[in-house]
Amino acid sequence: MKKKTDSASLSSELIRRPIRRCFPIFLLPTFICFCIGFLWPFIQGIYLSFCNFNTPKDAVWVGASNYVKAFKDASFVHAFWNTAAFAVVSIVLINVLAFAIAYALTQRMRGSNLFRTVFFMPNLIGGVVLGYIWSMIFDAILKRYGTYLTANATYGFWGLVILVAWQQIGYMMIIYIAGLQAVPGEMVEAARIDGANGRQTLFRVIIPNVMPSITICTFLTLTNSFKMFDQNMALTGGAPSVMMNGAKVNMTELLALNIYSTYNINKNWHGVAQAKAVVFFVLVAALAIAQLVATRNKEVQQ
Amino acid sequence: MKKLIALVLTLALALSLAAVASAEETGSVYYLNFKPEADEAWQALAATYTEQTGVPVKVVTAASGTYSDTLTAEMAKSEAPTIFNIGNKSGLTDWGDYALDLTGTPIYEERVNDDYVLFDEAGAAKALGYCYESFGIIVNTALLEQAGHSLEEITNFDSLKAVADDIHARAAELGFDAFSAPGMDGSSSWRYSGHLANVPLYYEYRDAGLNVGSLPATVTGAYLDNFRKIWDLYITDTAADPTSLSTSTGDESEAEFGEGKAVFYQNGDWEYANLTGKFGMDPATLAMIPIYCGVEGEEKAGLNSGTENCWAVNAKASEANIQASLDFLYWVVTSEEGTAMLAEQFSGIPFKNAAASANVFGADASEYANAGNYTMFWAFNDTPNVDSWRATVVTALTAYSADPTDDNWAQVVTAFVDGWAYEYSIVNG
Repeated sequence: MKKKTDSASLSSELIRRPIRRCFPIFLLPTFICFCIGFLWPFIQGIYLSFCNFNTPKDAVWVGASNYVKAFKDASFVHAFWNTAAFAVVSIVLINVLAFAIAYALTQRMRGSNLFRTVFFMPNLIGGVVLGYIWSMIFDAILKRYGTYLTANATYGFWGLVILVAWQQIGYMMIIYIAGLQAVPGEMVEAARIDGANGRQTLFRVIIPNVMPSITICTFLTLTNSFKMFDQNMALTGGAPSVMMNGAKVNMTELLALNIYSTYNINKNWHGVAQAKAVVFFVLVAALAIAQLVATRNKEVQQ
Repeated sequence: MKKLIALVLTLALALSLAAVASAEETGSVYYLNFKPEADEAWQALAATYTEQTGVPVKVVTAASGTYSDTLTAEMAKSEAPTIFNIGNKSGLTDWGDYALDLTGTPIYEERVNDDYVLFDEAGAAKALGYCYESFGIIVNTALLEQAGHSLEEITNFDSLKAVADDIHARAAELGFDAFSAPGMDGSSSWRYSGHLANVPLYYEYRDAGLNVGSLPATVTGAYLDNFRKIWDLYITDTAADPTSLSTSTGDESEAEFGEGKAVFYQNGDWEYANLTGKFGMDPATLAMIPIYCGVEGEEKAGLNSGTENCWAVNAKASEANIQASLDFLYWVVTSEEGTAMLAEQFSGIPFKNAAASANVFGADASEYANAGNYTMFWAFNDTPNVDSWRATVVTALTAYSADPTDDNWAQVVTAFVDGWAYEYSIVNG
């Protein structure tokens, strides 16, 4: 034991020791919740993807046949390409706009705090609510042109992009603002003294310095776009649904919604939906890790 | 103090164990109700039963449109439902293993005939229909007369079209139109992709000699031209703008009829309570006529009657709970309280002791049947992967309504015929 010098260190030692010794007890509730709410369902989910089941209680092992069925499903492949296209468009759009707004709001201007709040607010509304509200907005607009949101896949796709951009730009903006404010003022000042113009300052000094924020934001938008469910379901629900080359395709369905509707076909498809969900998890995890590695390399150590 | 707490805890434990034990002996009932609109009535009836017999009855109602999700979730629990709903043959595919064979039970002996019993391949009675419903075109006879027409005039598609066209042409002068909005929003589209689609399906079944539960792998769409005729009438003789049907809801359509802005409204006898209650319509001015679509001999058509409401008893429940559930169901269809509640909530009750119902639509259905008209049975109960099939039909039908061309109708036919074959292959794949 350390030498007791003053009362402060004594008390801090007295406080710290039990914490050090008992920390597992404090972690336990969270750990149990994590196991019950995440770890166990996850393991069970993987197990069920190899089973034929109606309720988890009557699962029968069938091997990899669910995976075969999942990959043969045209609607799953279609939903994958939909999701990929949606992810690319929304990642670019959300990040560029969020950065632009953050950049504008970190310049000295009146009412910038008010604007930050206003831009952030859409993020506080739930996805299902947003989906229904925006479907009304889009339909009201399209009605003037004698058409409607679910008339074709293009409206549904861009409708979803607009909705999600509107919702997420504010959130990403906050992260970018934090990043921009952390850029050392001296560095920007030095650049200006060295004769860099605004464009050069932005691309050569500021952006390399906010690379950690860019990493976080692209990571978040990527996973958000891939996991998109509520907005997709509430806005179009996958409609329009058409027969194409003898198979049925929900034109605006993304992966998560496809998994959900697969599950609801009948009990023979519960396992297939589960297999799709596992494939979906691997896909999202792989993409996210690859993207993290790629952008980490560009980060500048300050 | 500590001793006191220990004592209280021990007592509490002992009591709860005793409670569990006694419940085990007499059994308890857990009814997962399918009809949200009847929830209150079921809760009240369950309370009455518990009061009279001491057997606990728990009634849970799944939110509209989520029955299969709720059933799946509840069945996975240790306290699973003891009575649940099976809608049709495809429901039997999923839940047949869980359904007790009801043959020979007292409740089974109370049935009027086999029309509303779901039998499995082996002939076991797996689920028992407790009510049947009818749909057709609901008519506001007061408005019809105001427009100078009468119900007797309408005997087939041509006479229906003549009356509707006349009313639509004079809509501005009369202050009401012929049909209420044929909305294609999710809250309304089932009236067409499900109910109206039953008419061409029924005639096809009739020609092929099929019955509900045949689950054919393909349909020919032989009567889709008739489907088009009646649909054209719906979207023409109405105040609604056909390009904005995709967002037009069921409530709007109901209100239009309830508030006297439309003479015709396609829906079922379950609307009776709302129309006479919420909208205060006089039952004497309400009638339901068959959906005419220009098929030969349709002067002898009746209403579309069938059921998606069948009780199944959970075969995997404990002996005591199964017995308690059977006793409860028997009581529901024989006791005064039970039969009164059934008559009040549902129109047609296929049990011997059924009380008379005030529902005029249900009476219309019996009247047609008694007059020797053919009842259009619910062939649409056989639709494979029903929600998905309907979604495709709705997409095509909405597009056709906005732009009624032959090309767009061809899409409806594709959705109907190819969609059926495709969904059949999915369901059995």
